[in-house]
Amino acid sequence: MLKEKDKIFKNLYGFEDWKLEGAKKRGIWTNTKELIKMGSDKIVEEIKNSQLRGRGGAGFPAGLKWSFMPKDSGKDHYLVVNADESEPGTCKDREIMRNDPHLLLEGCLVAAFAMHAHTCYIYIRGEYYSESSNLQKAIDEAYANNLIGKNACGTGWDFDIYLHRGAGAYICGEETALLESLEGKKGQPRLKPPFPAGAGLYGCPTTVTNVETIAVSPTILRRGSKWFANLGSANNTGTKIFSISGHVNNPCNVEEEMGIPLKDLIEKHAGGVIGGWENLLAVIPGGASVPLLPKSICDTVKMDFDSLKEVQSGLGTAAVIVMNKSTDIVEAIARLSHFYKHESCGQCTPCREGTGWMYRMMEKMIHGNVKHKDIDKILDVTKQIEGHTICALGDAAAWPIQGLFRHFRPEIEKRIEERNRRVA
Amino acid sequence: MHHPGTNNKVYKKINDNFEWSSENFKKISEIIKKYPSNRIQSAVIPLLDLAQRQNNGWLSKNSMEKVAETLSMSYIRVLEVATFYSMFNLEPIGKNFVQICRTTPCWLRGSDKLSKVAQEVCETNIGETSDDEIFTVVEVECLGACCNAPMVQINDDYYEDLDEESFKKILQDLKDNKSIKVGSQIGRKSSQPERKFDA
Repeated sequence: MLKEKDKIFKNLYGFEDWKLEGAKKRGIWTNTKELIKMGSDKIVEEIKNSQLRGRGGAGFPAGLKWSFMPKDSGKDHYLVVNADESEPGTCKDREIMRNDPHLLLEGCLVAAFAMHAHTCYIYIRGEYYSESSNLQKAIDEAYANNLIGKNACGTGWDFDIYLHRGAGAYICGEETALLESLEGKKGQPRLKPPFPAGAGLYGCPTTVTNVETIAVSPTILRRGSKWFANLGSANNTGTKIFSISGHVNNPCNVEEEMGIPLKDLIEKHAGGVIGGWENLLAVIPGGASVPLLPKSICDTVKMDFDSLKEVQSGLGTAAVIVMNKSTDIVEAIARLSHFYKHESCGQCTPCREGTGWMYRMMEKMIHGNVKHKDIDKILDVTKQIEGHTICALGDAAAWPIQGLFRHFRPEIEKRIEERNRRVA
Repeated sequence: MHHPGTNNKVYKKINDNFEWSSENFKKISEIIKKYPSNRIQSAVIPLLDLAQRQNNGWLSKNSMEKVAETLSMSYIRVLEVATFYSMFNLEPIGKNFVQICRTTPCWLRGSDKLSKVAQEVCETNIGETSDDEIFTVVEVECLGACCNAPMVQINDDYYEDLDEESFKKILQDLKDNKSIKVGSQIGRKSSQPERKFDA
């Protein structure tokens, strides 16, 4: 288990003061000037060495992403923080923003300096009203104390942070859709290239990063990339906030070391599966978009990017949705299909039409009201959506269904036969 | 499933002029300062939000026209945004806008039962407004508080760790105009593991 001293999020549950005074006691904003003095190349180098991978779902190496920003483009540079946390199962960034907002703000300054950006927008999902008001108060405090603004922290670097509230669209968590939304348009993803580092917000070099990735970076710089890289395993380093929800006795957010066994995570932190470990049916290990895992795999699997990829799933946002044997697994996935149907932006035909078709099919499957050959048909449709859309929402809609049939196909076949008998 | 934020029909309020309140007018100049001076279209979502708050929780045609005028945008660009985002209601709603999360993590913890409770207590169907206009009840997709499931958003606030009884009480109190407690209904701090709370 992660030692108390290695925790980055010391106020995850809000037992302590989230305001500036409390934040300073936890070591935030104490020697920011020294961190900035390292220079942007050294900061990017340290983040690279720490092997930090983005915490928003895709797991792209953070240092590498930061290094894509041009050094001398002659345009304004922007840092955009993706706080549009909408992946079902995920509620980690919310705790950072309402209980430790200064951790995020300090990270913004350091990351923006490394990327030669003078302006940062934090795009928070509109539903997070009290979170956004805490964050705004923290921003005001930081301005009042010269931590940001003109000559931020006395470093000579001018830096502004603006909070921008969204208005309820899952798709705006996709980086280019987020930029479109920030520009005052419908949140429909852009074709890439050009990538945001070349032409992002207002056509200027931009980096879009998840809240957690930004929030951990000052601590990495303070304690050194070696410390961070020593936690977890190679290529899957550091600590991570896991959101454990569903059929567990104590659903919670918890910061743990990367690569903790799934069983330990559930039993030690979330009070175990309701009805005991033997009552476990399946787990979705990384938010709604990743394929589920049956109990046999959950027994041994480790929670990191590479281990979960090996079992044909993914770490995603590390949102662990636990389902015990009382769950109607087909309806659980059908509800996710409904979610994707609702959230498809409508730009690409395979996704717009496919998510609706898959949802209607999944609804029928709950009652076995399909033919045997329809199983292969729906799998074929998922393959035709996957990889054929501008953004990853199409893939995300296809994967949960593929995962369901990979591990629970006999269950649906049983329902079809039962229904056939009933009707005959 | 009907939801005032996902319909595309615009209601006209013909005999009603929408003008910014003086308080909101000040706020607008603050909001616009956040964006580069040639990019004030970026403020369309915050301004629609302001307009919706001023207009009892929904956007009429003339309120959207006002937003377009304020930001020198064409009306269709504003309407496009208002219809795309689910938080903008294009029809009138009740005093309490009850949004029940229905996505898998909340459903696993019993969000179905909450929907039933809401229909009983509020005396309305999902997607509709009660006759006394005190409640509008809708089912929505994930609100991002999954470790505190099942949960409901009423107007701006989250009500978490609910069960049938506590939810019934909240709705009844709203009906009786009593004050209600925001956040976790079992006295939990944020999303802490409960065992620490017991200790």
